[in-house]
Amino acid sequence: MTQLSGFLSYPFMVHALIVGLLVSVCCALLGVSLVLRRYSMIGDGLSHVGFGALAIATVAGMAPLALAIPVVVLSAFVLLRISEKSKIRADAAIALISTGALAIGVMAVSMNSGINTEISNYMFGSILALSHSDVVLSVILAVIVLLFFIFFYHRIFAVTFDETFAKATGVRAGLYNTLTAMFTALTVVLGMRMMGALLISALIIFPPLTAMRVCRTFRTVTVCSLILSLFSFTAGLLLSFLYGTPAGAGIVVTDLVFFALFSVAGAVRRRR
Amino acid sequence: MAFVNCENITLSYEGRDVISGLTFHLEKGEYLCIVGENGSGKSTLIKGILGFVKPTEGKIFFEGIAQNEIGYLPQQTERQRDFPASVREIVISGCLNSMGWRPFYSPREKNLAARNMERLGILELSQQPYNELSGGQQQRVLLARALCAAESLLVLDEPVTGLDPLVTRDLYDLIRKLNSEGMTIIMVSHDVAGALKYADRILHLHHEGYFFGTRREYEQSPFCRMLRLGGEER
Repeated sequence: MTQLSGFLSYPFMVHALIVGLLVSVCCALLGVSLVLRRYSMIGDGLSHVGFGALAIATVAGMAPLALAIPVVVLSAFVLLRISEKSKIRADAAIALISTGALAIGVMAVSMNSGINTEISNYMFGSILALSHSDVVLSVILAVIVLLFFIFFYHRIFAVTFDETFAKATGVRAGLYNTLTAMFTALTVVLGMRMMGALLISALIIFPPLTAMRVCRTFRTVTVCSLILSLFSFTAGLLLSFLYGTPAGAGIVVTDLVFFALFSVAGAVRRRR
Repeated sequence: MAFVNCENITLSYEGRDVISGLTFHLEKGEYLCIVGENGSGKSTLIKGILGFVKPTEGKIFFEGIAQNEIGYLPQQTERQRDFPASVREIVISGCLNSMGWRPFYSPREKNLAARNMERLGILELSQQPYNELSGGQQQRVLLARALCAAESLLVLDEPVTGLDPLVTRDLYDLIRKLNSEGMTIIMVSHDVAGALKYADRILHLHHEGYFFGTRREYEQSPFCRMLRLGGEER
């Protein structure tokens, strides 16, 4: 208990909690649409590109976000285009881009300093990585994403469920796809230094998939995904604080536990 | 000027002209069935009518309705069959075309959705999850959504594919009922027998040339014999 009360007395913990909760909100909302449209791998691809960009920025002595944000946003557009074009070639293309970016990042860091902790921090995340400006950025991003979802909720539903029909009735599907890709890119860049390049996509994929085990309508899936995301993040962060493990891993393990529980609940419900 | 007008259009798909020199007109309240082998340009023509593909020559235009006021029933994708959504969520999304930039549904849209669910006999299913419905019920949901978008023109792309004969007949009856209430129907179908039973205009697309005319004229034409005797001739 004393350990827990000490939780918030560290400024970095407060930063991590605020940024993490806001990033979780963005991931859960964007994730529902991405997962349902079979674009789950985009988040994963983007995080690897983000890793490469951060590594190069560090080596070149640039501000990490100044390089990572444009590079990742650009890749998001490319990945989305590829995914729209062809379903079969898309996963190969994403794998190509992911591993390529990862390799470039590892080369950059190793050639410069060879410090393994740096690579490890990027790969698995560190809650010490977050600054005051990250807090400001994540507040801005979360507000924009939330407004986007509230005001365009019905259109996002229409495009997610049936893009062709949505287009036929004059919904500008391309615009929503572009905005979704851009917000996903920004969320991944902001979240990945804490969650780790290898684990950030779990924040996008787990909550919607878990929610879908039990929920059967778009609205309930969205709301449930949001709640799960916030809860798993808080629980996972506490877990890592208590056991001194990386935050990202703790959060994903919590997600995994919920996924298992919801899967069982869903199976039981269908059985009856 | 007729209700739906295709004036000497050429449509291409991936750089190849799949339809060229096609002209036909459809009056309000008519029921057109588009038949033809795979690759004869049926889907490309649908894309043209919906405005996804612009004709490289000629033009497609409508009298009295805007491009986004066409009720479209697309072919179902595998992804949709297990999509988490309630019947109502899907049906009401058909109303988006008349909302401009307004973000939320008003009572007008809610009533329109309820009315169309009632019209198709799925009102009691409105809170049901879509992915737990039968194939025929799912088609009714998508048809109700199309009706929310359309006052007077429905475009149906292979609506009976994958349905069993009984459900197929129900759906045909339903489409005929909508037609008799004044709805203009454009339907693409593999099912020539069904097309000949219900439609009053037939458009048969072929690699070389096409046929457009009434059902009677079609039955006398070599195009009809071609499909009936040769089936899917290569």
